[in-house]
Order: sequence, then C-alpha cells, then structure tokens
Amino acid sequence: MKAIFQHSLPGPDDITRDILPNGITVLARTNFNSPSVVIGGYLPCGSLFDTDDKLGLADFTASGLLRGSEKRDFQKIFDELESAGASLSFSAGGHTAGFSGRCLAEDLPLLLELLADALRRPVFPKEQVERLRAQSLTGLSIRGQDTAGMASLTFDQIVFEGHPYARPDDGWPETIKAIKRNDLADFHQTHYGPRGLVLAIVGSVDPKTIAIQVTKELGDWTNSSQPEIPALPALKPLKRIVTRKVKIPGKSQSDLVIGTSGPRRKDPEFMPASLGNSVLGQFGMAGRIGEVVREKSGLAYYASSSLSAGIGPGSWDVSAGVNPANVQKARDLICKEIERFVEKGVTIQELSDSQSNFVGRLPLSLESNAGVVGALLNIERFDLGLDYYRRYPNLVQSVTPEEVLSAAKKYLHPDRLAVAIAGS
Amino acid sequence: MTKIYSKTILENGLNVLLKEIHTAPLVSSWIWYRVGSRDEITGHTGISHWCEHMQFKGTPNFPSNLLERAVARDGGMWNAFTYFDWTTFFETMPADKIDLGLRIEADRMINSVFDEKEIASERTVVISEREGSENDPSFLLGEAVQNAAFRTHPYHHEIIGDLPDLKSMSRDDLYNHYRTFYAPNNAILSVAGDFKTTEMLANIRDIYGKIPMGAAPPRITRPEPAAIGEHRLTVEGPGETTYLDISFHAPAANDLEFFPVTVLNSLLAGPSSLNMFGGGGTSNKTSRLYRALVEKELAVSVGGGLAATADPFLYSVVITLNPKRKPEEALAAFDVEIKRLQDELIPLNEITRAIKQARALFAYGSENITNQAFWLGHAEMFAGYDWFLTYLDKLAKVTPAELQKIARKYFRPQNRVVGTYIPRGEEVRV
Repeated sequence: MKAIFQHSLPGPDDITRDILPNGITVLARTNFNSPSVVIGGYLPCGSLFDTDDKLGLADFTASGLLRGSEKRDFQKIFDELESAGASLSFSAGGHTAGFSGRCLAEDLPLLLELLADALRRPVFPKEQVERLRAQSLTGLSIRGQDTAGMASLTFDQIVFEGHPYARPDDGWPETIKAIKRNDLADFHQTHYGPRGLVLAIVGSVDPKTIAIQVTKELGDWTNSSQPEIPALPALKPLKRIVTRKVKIPGKSQSDLVIGTSGPRRKDPEFMPASLGNSVLGQFGMAGRIGEVVREKSGLAYYASSSLSAGIGPGSWDVSAGVNPANVQKARDLICKEIERFVEKGVTIQELSDSQSNFVGRLPLSLESNAGVVGALLNIERFDLGLDYYRRYPNLVQSVTPEEVLSAAKKYLHPDRLAVAIAGS
Repeated sequence: MTKIYSKTILENGLNVLLKEIHTAPLVSSWIWYRVGSRDEITGHTGISHWCEHMQFKGTPNFPSNLLERAVARDGGMWNAFTYFDWTTFFETMPADKIDLGLRIEADRMINSVFDEKEIASERTVVISEREGSENDPSFLLGEAVQNAAFRTHPYHHEIIGDLPDLKSMSRDDLYNHYRTFYAPNNAILSVAGDFKTTEMLANIRDIYGKIPMGAAPPRITRPEPAAIGEHRLTVEGPGETTYLDISFHAPAANDLEFFPVTVLNSLLAGPSSLNMFGGGGTSNKTSRLYRALVEKELAVSVGGGLAATADPFLYSVVITLNPKRKPEEALAAFDVEIKRLQDELIPLNEITRAIKQARALFAYGSENITNQAFWLGHAEMFAGYDWFLTYLDKLAKVTPAELQKIARKYFRPQNRVVGTYIPRGEEVRV
C-alpha cells in the first residue's frame, strides 16, 4: 500500500472521539472536499427487546419517531427536511435501532435538531401509527412474495432455531396487528436514552462545531429507566442437514440459501473466515461459487456466498436464484463446493488474491462521507480501535491458509447444513 | 464541483473526455458505445445486453479468469450496463492502477472471443436474469406499459429482451452485433479522478490510437407517432398487492421541455436524484402525490421517474395501493392533482424549493468519482457534458407559466398508458 493511501485512511490523528457526560459517544472526521455532511448512529433499542407476540415493536417504534414530535407534526418535520434536500431515517435491527441522514453543511444544525427532536420527543399520533401499520403490513405482504427474502428468512429460522436471531426484526402480520399505539410510546419511554447512543458525523464541518451542536441538542438528555440488553442464549448447533421449502405460486425463479452459523465479529476466526468466504463466493465474479454455478453451468444470474458477523453468532451461507427445474442441480453443486472448501481450504494464490483485494479496495470504500461514517461506527460497535484502518492491511496480510482452513472446519459442516428454498 | 474538463477526438473517431478530481487517490474510467435495446429488431431483442455479458468472457490477451482476477486484486470495482440508447463498461481503480482498466477496454473493443460454449452457458444465465426480474410484479407491469406505449419506436421492448429471442439467437448474431457496434468511432471514453490530463491523454492515445475505425454503425429511426388515445391495461400475477403505473409520453433529455417536466416530477412525486453511484436522495413525503394518496390512505407509497433518453420516452408514476382501496380511487385522486397543475399557477416558492432540493442532491453526487465519470460520458449519449454542467441553471430558469403549459401539453389522458397489476392472492405455504 502506498504511503498516500495509508495517509488517506481514517486514524487516531483525524478521528475525534468524545463521550458526553450523559454517555453519548460522538465520532467525527472532517472532509472539506465535500459540500455535505453525513450522519449515522445507533442506540440499544433493537428487536431483542420484543416479545414474540409483539415482534416488530422496536422497528415500528423506530419508524414512528419521525411521525410527529412535541414541537412539529409529520408534515412540518418532512417539510423542513425536504426543503433543505436533506434526509433522515430510522430503522431497527436486533441489537440496536439505527439512524442515518445527510444534508448540505449549512443545514447540519437543522438536521441535528430534527434528530434530537425525533429521539427525545416523539408523540406517535394515532392516525400516523395506523398509516404506518398499513404500510408495514403491505411491506410484509410484499416480503411474503419475495423468493430471495423468504429463502433468507427461512434460512435464519433453521440456523437460529430457539434463538432471538431466528425472528425477523420487522415482525409478522399478526404481531404488527397486535401492537397498540401506547406500546410504541412505552417502548420509547423505557428504552430510548443517551446511554449507548453512538453518533458519527463526517463532512464539511470541524469537530469543535460538531461538539457544540451535539451538546446543545442532546447534552441534557437523561433516562434512568434504560434497561440492559437481554443476554443472548447459547446457539444450538445443527445436528443434520435441515431442508425447508416455501412454496410461492406463480414465480419464474426459485431462490436457495445454504449454509450455517458463522463467527461473531470479535472472534479471532472472523478475518480468516472473511478471507475464506471471499475465495468461496466473493472474489472477482463471485469466487468459486460464481465460477461453478454461473460461469461453467449457466444455472444462475446470481450465485455467491456471504459471511454476516455481528455482536452475536453470525451466519455463513451461499445463495443463488435459479429456474425451478434447476434447484436440485444448483444445490448439489453448491454443497460440493462447500465440501471441497472445508476439506482442502484455499491455495496460497487464492488467499493472496483476496488479501490484495481487501487491502486494495479500502480507498474506494472510504471515498465517500457515508463510507467513512460506516467505518467509524464499525470501529465503535466492535471496539476495533481508532487505528483499525491503519492496521488493517497488516491484519489482512498476516492470515495464513491454515487459519482459513481451520475457520472453515470450525463453522461449515457439510453434513450439518441449513437449506432453505423459496419459489414455485 | 469543478466544471473544467477536456474533450479530444482521436483520429479513429474515439471521443475522449477527461476530468481531473484530486479528492481521493482513485480514477474511474468508462467506455460508452452508442448501442442499446433501441438498436434491436424483432427476433434479436436483448442482443445488446447479452453482448455486454459476452464481453466478460475474455480475449486471447485477457482470458476471463485473468480479467476478473486482475481487477479484483487491485481492489478495483468494475461492471457494465446496457440501456435503451447505450452500453457501457467501467473500472474504478486506485489511481496508479487505472492503466489496467484502460487496457482491458481497448482490448475487448475488438478482440472478444464469443466462444460457442460460453454463449451456451451465458444464454441460460441471461434467461435466469429475466426470470429473476419476472418474479417482481413491478417488472411485469412496467414491461406491459412500455409495450403498450410504443408501437413503432424500438423503446417498445425491455432491455433484457423477449424469451423466444433469448432462446433462438445464435453465436453469429451476437458476434455480428459486436463487430458492428463496438468500434472507436462509435464510442466515448470518459475518465475522471486523480490524474494529470496531459499524461492521461498521451496514455490513452498510446492504448486506443491504433484501433482501426469501423464502418459507421446503422441506427434504427422509427419515431413513435403522437399518441391518439389513452391505453388501459391489466396484468395479473402472484401476490396480494395492487400496483398502478401511469406513464405519459415525455420529452427526450436534449429537449428543453425535459427540464420543466423534471420540476413537475419534483413537485408531484418528490425530487429524483441524478446520482447513479453514491449520494442518495431525499424522501418525498411533502410531495403533492404523497399528500393526496398516502396521507389520504389510498396508497402506501408513490414514486415518479423521468429517464434521460435520446428519444422521447416516458414519465412514470408508480403507486402501491393500500390493500383496502381500489385502483380507480387512487387514479381519481391522481387526476385531481394533475388537474391542479393544469388549472392553477404553481407558487414561485414551490419552484424555488424544488431547485434547492436539486442543488443538494447534485452536490451529494459530486462527491463520488465513479458518479462524476459516469456523467462525463452519459450526458454525451443524448446531448453533451454541458447538459450536465448546466442542469441546475436550466431548472432554475423554469417559470410557473411554463410549468402550466407543459403540464397541459404532456399530462393528458390521450398521452398516457394506465397499467394496473391485479394480484391473484394465492396462498404461500411452508
């Protein structure tokens, strides 16, 4: 890596990290090359707090934050945002509710004020809640028809059976119907607060100005009722191949997802598994999987592997969209590749290709303000250290083929896979 | 965003547009061919897109696996797109590696193999791509509306092509298409990023200068006659959700009337971003149609889109219905909003607001080098790069009277196709 690249990567000398007295962590990096500012962040208000009968409450609450506050109604909020060409949105995942927004630098005070207003003073007007519910139910109905989405959801249900990760964050039609307006207000009152809130701001603004503006909007926020995130139960490993099919009539293409659980982001196997996954189904035109399923057999327009690693157990899977007549053929090819991968691992050349790709793509992934916001939140969420992206090339290059093989053997077991298929 | 760029035409006819941007150590290079689905005759629909796929299958110098490996090893991003009017290939690479991207594109301009076996396997890949699209109701509806809107103009068919043609086209068909349209005199090279123009141009001359000029490629000219009545159609398919697609014939991008329609879209359905890469847009919750349809609980979402095309295409509004309401109710509310545009002059402050939104979205897109190089070439496909540089100025000149005139001219029932997707509502079973 050339010195110039190294210098352009975020590091301790150009990232500002402050913790406000009420617990809010603020990360900032200046980029005066751009006329805009991007913000992003999260707070511990995810679907892990949802009960089974009201699954989707955390996400519903997050979506409701911009539907009216003590200071502004729905149209006023969006009139201010949209008149400035700015954007702001909220959604919930498992552990956290997240937000992101962007604006021209001159409008950052407005964006932060609207962010604080939404986080601190939402009122969840009844009419707006019903409107959101109708939108959400239509969204779930569209999800039910999406072969890729349903294959993925079913895959999670198999791999994470008995674990909260088996549940979709946006719930089910019956759970969304069961949620009352007051549930949203109660969820907000209990869970939303400054503790655990992380906010990253990148763009054409200096860190001192950011500190002043954030303190003004969020510095006096308190909430003594914020609970701890529930502990995750242990994951039960699969004992055999489990296949589940979802029949969605009238579809031209079926989707399949095959795989198992994967490492957590902080596990030592994460980087070797990540590089191994690149060889398996990412590098170039989707690695070995792309070569076998798409290039050689012409079975699919898309076929690739993915490794998702977060706070708890992750997933490691291969997915493809194929003609319904070719599902078995694609499944056999994919399983064979997984077997080969677990048995023989990767060659030095393959590993070196992916290592070079991981390091070489950094400038591109960190080119935009949004890319840097993502990087700062990644550093904070997984405690990677402010110098992570400067150390990253060495972390990548030091992985050996043996470490990749050992990670593959630890997680992928060809005789214990989840197979989810959705289509006609 | 700097407005400085250079345009050079090499002796073999290749247009080269260069723009220096020194904000990140990256360069993005795009080669554009004036060929797309509008150049296809019945029996060969989808040939431009399939031909684009074959460009990734390698040349004697760059066999396919070497090609993808070389780009990926350097941390590059590459891809290709086929549209109605053009086909394009790009590489965004670390600045000191872009030479590879330039060499790949020069090589595959003339040396792609089109191996019979590769064609056979790619045939099923393209069919699979079409089948994936068919899973989406909005594709099925959009295709039917497009078919109905164009009787003579080749914008009639979808870019992916029709299934019988995808099954029947031969290696010779594909190779002839490639040899006819892939030539320097039918191409534009647009490069933006961290380089020095004189050095980059010298390098491009060295790499591309020797490629021989081809015969001037033919272009189908079958203009669409003026619409003479409203078309209404229905598409039935799986699902539980009803969609409405209302598409009006619209001006081409190089027509000055394109800009008032852009402003009308911003007022009706919210501002559209020009950003193909990065940037992002804003929401549309204060737009007239959102208030009339979503706030009134007739629909759960609404969006509008106007494509920048070389010939007149469509301005489309797609409405996702609230399951409790009927499509006729949503269409009636839509028509009330159209009538308002035609009857009442739009207040100046609404236009000023639309311009500020456009400025913000434009600024977001300028941060991304890939997006900048995209526009450097894309605008040349239907006008010239100045079209992009003066885009905001042209929007700012639009007046209330002009908007009213344009709304009356284009937003007539006789000028539109109304398509409804009717869900069959079969049960999903696990």
